[in-house]
Amino acid sequence: MSTPYAKLPAWADYGLIPVINLAVAFVVAGLVVLLVGENPFRAAAVLVEGAFGRGQGIAFTLFYATTFIFSGLSVAVAAHCGLFNIGGEGQGYIAGLGIGIVCLAFDSVLPWWLTFPLAIIAAAAMGALWALIPAYLQARRGSHIVITTIMFNFIAASVMVYALVGFLKPANSMAPQTRTFLDGAQLPKLNWVIELFGAKIRSAPFNISFLLALAMAFLVWVLIWRTRLGYEMRTYGHSAKAARYAGISETRIIIVAMMISGALAGMMALNPTMGDQHNVALEFVSGAGFVGIAVALMGRLHPVGIVLAAILFGMLYQGGAELAFEMPAISRDMIVIIQGLVILFAGALEHMFRPYVQALFASLSPRSVGIEAIKGKGA
Amino acid sequence: MAQAAIELIGINKSFGAVRANRDINLEIARGTIHGIVGENGAGKSTLMSILYGFYQADSGEIRVGGKPASIKSPNDAIALGIGMVHQHFMLVDNFTVLENVILGAESDALLKKSIAKARSELERLEREYGLEVDPDAIIEELPVGLQQRVEILKALYRGAEILILDEPTGVLTPAEADHLFRILRQLKEQGKTIVLITHKLREIMAITDTVSVMRQGTMVATRQTTKTTVGELAELMVGRRVLLRVEKGEAEAGGVKLAVKNLTVKDSRGVTMVDDVSFDVRAGEIVGIAGVAGNGQSEMLEAISGIRRAVSGSVMLDGRPIDLTGAADPGELRDRGLAHVPEDRHHVGLVLAFEENENSILGYHDDPRYLKGPFLDIDAIRDDARDKISKYDIRPADCRLKTANFSGGNQQKIVLAREMEQDPGVLIVGQPTRGVDVGAIEFIHKRLIAMRDQGKAVLVVSVELDEIRSLSDRILVMFAGRIVGERGPEASEGELGLLMAGVEHREAAE
Repeated sequence: MSTPYAKLPAWADYGLIPVINLAVAFVVAGLVVLLVGENPFRAAAVLVEGAFGRGQGIAFTLFYATTFIFSGLSVAVAAHCGLFNIGGEGQGYIAGLGIGIVCLAFDSVLPWWLTFPLAIIAAAAMGALWALIPAYLQARRGSHIVITTIMFNFIAASVMVYALVGFLKPANSMAPQTRTFLDGAQLPKLNWVIELFGAKIRSAPFNISFLLALAMAFLVWVLIWRTRLGYEMRTYGHSAKAARYAGISETRIIIVAMMISGALAGMMALNPTMGDQHNVALEFVSGAGFVGIAVALMGRLHPVGIVLAAILFGMLYQGGAELAFEMPAISRDMIVIIQGLVILFAGALEHMFRPYVQALFASLSPRSVGIEAIKGKGA
Repeated sequence: MAQAAIELIGINKSFGAVRANRDINLEIARGTIHGIVGENGAGKSTLMSILYGFYQADSGEIRVGGKPASIKSPNDAIALGIGMVHQHFMLVDNFTVLENVILGAESDALLKKSIAKARSELERLEREYGLEVDPDAIIEELPVGLQQRVEILKALYRGAEILILDEPTGVLTPAEADHLFRILRQLKEQGKTIVLITHKLREIMAITDTVSVMRQGTMVATRQTTKTTVGELAELMVGRRVLLRVEKGEAEAGGVKLAVKNLTVKDSRGVTMVDDVSFDVRAGEIVGIAGVAGNGQSEMLEAISGIRRAVSGSVMLDGRPIDLTGAADPGELRDRGLAHVPEDRHHVGLVLAFEENENSILGYHDDPRYLKGPFLDIDAIRDDARDKISKYDIRPADCRLKTANFSGGNQQKIVLAREMEQDPGVLIVGQPTRGVDVGAIEFIHKRLIAMRDQGKAVLVVSVELDEIRSLSDRILVMFAGRIVGERGPEASEGELGLLMAGVEHREAAE
């Protein structure tokens, strides 16, 4: 017998519940701050101020958010097909190889607006390729995608070390990274957009890959809800048996969904490399692939939610850095704790408050809730 | 009248805007068998769940043995001597009978002591109530009828004086059901009180002393069983007169549309589920496959519809073979005019999380009518869904509603509408009315007969013998993976029942 949850209006489902979850996460995080002897209200103020207070902060927040949008979309596409792609980290990292090769080859001959599309293709292709092998193993051999994608994260890391201390590194350099890209592989900044609103920015890496991320969010929405392929992915994601019944090939749908997921994960590498550091360095992904899991969960696997959740995590990254600087008692690790709490409440415990909210709605306005309840089996 | 074992007074329970139980008053006399009937969604399960402590009533009072009782969890119910036998057994398959009986009621921290204590108690119960089961048998090796006995023993072991049975005969052969009824009568004679929830009116007539009818959350009537009729109960359940047997003319069978020959199917463990089965279905006839659930019918349907691999044999659709290697594309079979209404609409026939209109194209999503290039033509899909909704009277008439929010009968209509509206030459239907209310059954049966009259070949598999007898032009009985007999629609229930139990088959083998 299923628990008789009443239906909630959409705004409560997609708006109110995430806000409640987030609020609780911050309250608990505040207690942790209190525990180390700092004022949680001041900490919150520093965090928000650091993320949104000045143009500089906003630009950094959106810069971080760009990467998280890609990785969140990557997780969401796989999740709609019932697959947990935990390998975004590796797929993004290995995409750096493709980007590095394209940029080193063309940055002296092509303008950025020609290098960029080539790099997008290279990044997407590398990411998709890195997802293809686990996908094939899942579809044909039944090897669990969670296990194989995790293993591929490690393989990607080793391959990148090999490449960065080898052929990608300039001959006389001691640093395991490519040479700095020339103008032909540096993405234009978008800082001027923020400056239009009167803010001042010294220097920030906010760049046009943000626009690519938004475009991808829209395309993912189209893919999932408006194409036949998306329909097949969702069918398989909800019920493999129904997909079999509907004549949807399991092998094909797993491989296609994972390659799209991998391609999106690969694109997240564009932002830190071509947009910020102008090189490909060791560990440049730095966990963004895993943050994508939290972003996708928090965004309820919907592109709009993912963009908002990515901005929230961008804020935690940027504001957290300011916080660690302003309040020495709050170390970098504390920020990770706060992020962890957000993930815990927004992702893992997302249904914790749902029954209470539903009970509240039911008592306030009986008409606003649906009719799901009495259809128990054999009632 | 004997003293009341249970009194429910003014029970109300709402889920959101839906009032699942409204002012229910019910008195169940001690030492009687009390039946509760009603359509799906009438509130029977909700009421029993309140009594067993799964839900709390919004208002109202429960009295057990004359004393007000507060039942907040199944543990409270058990303490008050209320036991429940669920429709789907709550047994651990790889435990022994004894281990299952003591599960959750272990008397000691060490299992060995508990088991020793339980064994003598269990043996006493088995003797007293004629419920013989080997205490050391492993559950998964027992037939369904015996597994159910273990469920009853579990309840009795916990000191149940009042037993609630939820749709207990759904998985039983007629013979097993008769045996269950004998056990229930014996329990009654020993002074136990039994509440029987069912939608099978014949069972109500056969075994209960009193019967209460629920409709749309209210208790509409309580009758002495001897003073009512099946017709009256059906009318009370639905609120209008119901045709229990759909009128149909003589079949005018044409050429063979579907020919199954020497079909053999094994399951993933290599056990033969369908064993050398051969039959034909002709245009303009309904062939019914009768049999107790689990005798290979499901596997056979899946093989014919290209979902499951067959080991050997052939299936011809309009004279052309169907690929049985497991590589068949169900989409291609649809193009060839084979429509399939699967048994399990919750996991196979529908995606419950989808909107209604999304399910109305499942399997036909490659059809250019629903597409604009690689994109779904949302307007065309929704128009098409609305069309089917009005044609098949699917309620609520909202093609954007999540499929899980429709009742079982309406979900089944969604599947039927999708498959029938493709105008297939062959329609195969598994359990056409499982979990479907009486009113919708009538509708579905009429539609199936209309398909037949249009000259389609219809293959129906059902565990409901009444349904098979009422629909079929020819009845094939399946037992242990084989077709053990073919009968006409006039065959008696007893005759079919014996075939379903494998009696004749076994004799022939000896």
